[in-house]
This record gives sequence, structure tokens and C-alpha cells, in this order.
Amino acid sequence: MSCASGRQWWPVPEIALLLPSVLQPLAGGQSVLVAPADGPVTVASLLDAVASDYAVLGRRLRDETGALRRFVNIYVDGDEVRRLQGLDTEVLPGQEVLVIQSVAGG
Amino acid sequence: MVRMATAAESFVLAIGTKKGLWLATSRDRQEWSLTGPHFLMSEIPSIGIDTREGRTRILVGVRSPHWGPTVAHSDDLGTTWTEPEQGAIKFPEDTGAAVERVWQIYPDAGSRPGVVWAGAEPISLWKSTDGGEHFELNRGLWDHPHRSEWGAGYGGAAAHSIVVDSSGETVHVAMSTGGVYRSDDGGTSWEARNKGISAYFMPDPNPEFGQCVHKIAADAAVEGRLYAQNHHGVYRTDDNADSWNSIAGGLPADFGFVMLTHPRRDGTAWVVPLKADGERIPPDGRLAVHRTDDAGNTWKRLSAGLPEHEYNSVLRDAASVDAAEPAGVYFGTRGGTVYASADEGETFREVASHLPDVLCVRAAVVAGA
Repeated sequence: MSCASGRQWWPVPEIALLLPSVLQPLAGGQSVLVAPADGPVTVASLLDAVASDYAVLGRRLRDETGALRRFVNIYVDGDEVRRLQGLDTEVLPGQEVLVIQSVAGG
Repeated sequence: MVRMATAAESFVLAIGTKKGLWLATSRDRQEWSLTGPHFLMSEIPSIGIDTREGRTRILVGVRSPHWGPTVAHSDDLGTTWTEPEQGAIKFPEDTGAAVERVWQIYPDAGSRPGVVWAGAEPISLWKSTDGGEHFELNRGLWDHPHRSEWGAGYGGAAAHSIVVDSSGETVHVAMSTGGVYRSDDGGTSWEARNKGISAYFMPDPNPEFGQCVHKIAADAAVEGRLYAQNHHGVYRTDDNADSWNSIAGGLPADFGFVMLTHPRRDGTAWVVPLKADGERIPPDGRLAVHRTDDAGNTWKRLSAGLPEHEYNSVLRDAASVDAAEPAGVYFGTRGGTVYASADEGETFREVASHLPDVLCVRAAVVAGA
């Protein structure tokens, strides 16, 4: 994963992961992380890449079994992955992955 | 009675709530200065203040409903916090389990520096040898054949009390709900030790295990003597939990969550009775701490400085003692008020109010301000 503002000299297919403000300090202040992608990747492998670069951020999204935390929602181009194939949902180059926490609690 | 800290020390009171951590410091245990909230919007179900090895390390169990649990520590009284990259506590892959909440952080004796124990949900015991930065799962308890039959208290299934004797070989844990277990080999093997503790809510009210023990604490000076606040029932053992006997006589209610013991003096313990089971409030809405000075034979009601009416309960770890002379006694309510006594409970004064629900409180005499 790299910073969205990084300069690129030729087009490389990418997947963008958008983070809510509360998690951005765990990604060096970045709001968007980008991963190069020559083809489809699963959400799980995308999160593995996140955890590799930003371990604490990775632990906020998934527990140690690899399961997505209950109130963490991940959308691929607007669809919540629990309604798709969960962490096995494929993301295509050029698509956007959005992390949003549930608006619940008191 | 005012006991001023020496020039090189101060009193620290850490307050864990449903929505963050507050830290209070004082020179005399009368006037307190608060900082916080730290970890705003995360609950703080456990705190350990480790004053060994010439430094003060505050360890906190932190849990966000969204982002999960973690353990962080501060070596500068909360100015900065550190969280190990890969996490301090995480289940080995073969268990297929995930930590839900860290309920207890227990720095071991001064003779075993670096050793910190933790109790967690799901019911599990952990041990660190590096001051609480990394913990290892206690396999003996995790693999215990009773584990599949342990239940969950209303707050969750957790190991919430850890007591280690001076040798380090005898270790007691208490869990909700499983009761008390003891290891005689430093934590390698475990056996249920609940004889005499009632589980009135089960078909057999005297089972080998399954009791809803709320808190246990060791007597300061008598090896093998422990006290237990049960889900109805207050008990003492004099034989390392081989058998327990009721010491609830003289209390206005035998329900409650808190069990504290004196840092040095034998026979001295504190409880905070609640009416229960249907009414989890102080009896008649009148909040009081009760102290025994004779190992539970008699109890003294202590309410000076406490409000006339209080309908909030006090949770199992929302109370603490410090090691000063005389000992300080502290507790917080689910209504977000924290009280401190500098004279072993004889008189209390308010430290903070209108905080979120107080989940845990820890106090210590620490070096520096």
C-alpha cells in the first residue's frame, strides 16, 4: 500500500482503500491507501496488505482469527461485502474500497 | 487523616470508564487533579499500575465496540501511550479464538519483576514476562476439560481475578462463571476449588464448578487465606480454597461485586453490598462500604462522606486500595462518581462526578508527580 499522493510516471492499475478519519492516524495520517493490482484481488488479501504495512490498523479491522470485526463495514464500489462474498469478495483494479464503522451505540 | 506524599512521590488514581480513562494525581489524597479522557469512546475494563523496578507503568485494557480490544501502556503517567504493533494479547491460531475484552491486569510480586498476569474474555489466563508488552496464553487453563461447561456472566465470560502467592507456585483465578480454580505448580495444571460456595441458581446448588464468583482477594499476611464476594454469598477460606465458609453475617446484603484486602494488615477486607438479586442497588438506596478487621467475623458500616441516596452499583474492579499508611480506599459507581478515602474507609470525599460508568479503578503511591 502506498500514499495516494505519490507521483506515478505511467498508469498502473490500482485499488483505493478509503479510511474514516478516526483510523487515519494509524495509516500515517493518510485518508486513502492505494495498492497496485494487475487483476482482481480479494478483500482479505487487500486487508492482509494493510496489516503488513500498518499492523495496528489491521488489528482494528479484523480480529486475530482474520474475521472482520462486527461493527466494521467494508464496501466495494458501494456494496457491503457481507452481502457479497464477505472477505472473499473480489475487488477489480480501479475499484474503490470504503471502510465505514456502524453508526450504532450510545 | 491527611498523609502527605513525600517529596519524591505522589498518589495516582486511574479511573477506567465506559467511554475512556481519566487519571487523577494528588499529594495528600484530599485534592485531586484530573487529566482525560484518554482513549475517548473506548471502554477501559482493566488497569494495572506497575510500580516495580523503579518506574511507574500504567497498563490499560482498552476496548472499542468498533475497533476491538487492545492493551496499551504508559511510562509517563499518561502523557504518551504505547501499543505493541502486533498486539499484547492475541490467541494462538490453533485456538480459533479471538480476544473480546481484557478484564484484569495484575502485576505480580516485586520479587518477580516483569511478570504481569492478565485475565480475558473468553475465559483465559495470560502471563507476560516483559512488563506487560506481550502475553502468552496459559494452556493449562485453556485446555481444561471443564472449559466447555463454563458459562458467561451477564457481562461476559471472563477470568476476572488473579491471585499469586509469595512463592509463585500457588495461583488462584476466579471466573464468571466457573468459580475458583487453583494451580499448585505455577499455572501448569488447574483444579476447581469451590467447596462451600453456593450456586443457588443451578440444579445442584453445590456443584464442583459453575459458581458465579464475582471477585476474590488474598489476605495480606496470612498465607492460604482468601476472601470471595460471590453472586450472593461472602466467603473466606483458610486452606488455600480447599474449603470456603460464609462470612456474610453482619452485612446488610450478601450480594455485591467488590472484594478488597489491606496491603499489609491481616484480617482486613472491604466489600460494597448491593441488595440484589432483583434490585441491584445499595440496600435501601443507601451506599456504604463495609470493612472487617477480624477476617469477616464482624463488619463495620462506613458511609461518612457518601451521599444520602445512591442507586448506582459498584462493579467488581471499580474499587481499589493503595499501599500507603493508612491505606487509601477508592471506588467508582456506574453513575460516574468516584470517591476516595485516605483513612481506610472511615471518611470519603468525592474525586470526580458525572463521568461515564466507572468500570475499574486502580490506585497507587508512585515515584514523581
